[in-house]
Amino acid sequence: MADDLYKILGVAKTATADEIRSAYRKLAKKHHPDLNPGNKAAEDKFKSISAANELLSDPAKRARYDAGEIDETGAERAPQRSYRDYADGPAGQRYRANGAHGGFGGENFEDLFSSMFSGRAANPNAPARGQDAQYVLTINFLDAINGATNRLTLPDGQTLDVKIPPGTEQDAKLRLRGRGAPGRNGGPAGDALIEINIKPHEFYQRDGQDIRLELPITLTEAVLSGTELRLRGRGVPAAGSRPAGDLYVKLRVLIGTPDAALEDFLRGWKPEPTANPRAAMEAAP
Amino acid sequence: MISFERICIEVHEVSPAELHHWIAEDLIRPRGTPDAYQFDDIDVARIRLIKTLRDELEISETALPTVLSLLDQLYEMRRHMRSLNAALENTVPADIRATLLKYIEDSHQ
Repeated sequence: MADDLYKILGVAKTATADEIRSAYRKLAKKHHPDLNPGNKAAEDKFKSISAANELLSDPAKRARYDAGEIDETGAERAPQRSYRDYADGPAGQRYRANGAHGGFGGENFEDLFSSMFSGRAANPNAPARGQDAQYVLTINFLDAINGATNRLTLPDGQTLDVKIPPGTEQDAKLRLRGRGAPGRNGGPAGDALIEINIKPHEFYQRDGQDIRLELPITLTEAVLSGTELRLRGRGVPAAGSRPAGDLYVKLRVLIGTPDAALEDFLRGWKPEPTANPRAAMEAAP
Repeated sequence: MISFERICIEVHEVSPAELHHWIAEDLIRPRGTPDAYQFDDIDVARIRLIKTLRDELEISETALPTVLSLLDQLYEMRRHMRSLNAALENTVPADIRATLLKYIEDSHQ
């Protein structure tokens, strides 16, 4: 248990007083309960770092703690009532935000509140359209390219079959009419809005309407063919007015484990001198 | 209710000059008149808060009014939320409250 207070502050057991102080300040800034009202986790965290700091910043207590004479609560004192205990209650009116240092710019809460309901409260029995429901659906790369039907399971356990058109792009939003929340008083149901998230593919990459593929090949294959192939019309399928894209295959040379013959060849190889390929660029001013 | 002199004793290491400065800056708003200020518990807690912000969290005197103004806005919102809660609790039928609650929960997902 003797390590706990040091762990709470994230310092070593050998930390200097300055290191403990600065670690405490850094944590206190983040977790101070008056800066995080209502955040129980921050409050607990702050209590523990304060207690750790209080004990460790006192050389006598720290020595006794290190020696195991007192435990980590050895220095705990009765908590003082903090500012938020007052500020959250009626006493907080004293420090209303629309005092000397600005605040809500004259807009009071009652105005804010009444504007929320204006127009709607007029006739509670009028038909009202249901809310749209928002979902995110993650699909795989090939389904996005070729199109597919994916089943989405809703939080309430119902399922929704989502038809994904061919060539669907990342972050595309699909709208399923009438599949949102039901309407009130005979109003129409809202829509389901589905945002598409596409999982990256291990080999293929999408580039607009084209698809790129990196393909490892041997030196011999590279010498006898090019380094990039284009398969016309084999990219993202045509949809509406957009023509089909192309599939670009980039050939990546893999030498494999060099053997003695290759090494001998490279040592003895004197390539024909070639013209400087950057001559034109270097001649430019 | 506490007097000016009592504060400087009760709150560790607050000087009269410092406290006068915060009052002049409207960071602390005691009741009464300059020759006989009256401090309530919230004022004392706020003086402690200012000291903590400045001395332990290293927020400078120049940044203090901004930080306190943001905190005041936050607490004001929280008080409004509480009064709205109380209003809903006391005026709205339970089934509608349940509907509201469900709507809020759903919209957080």
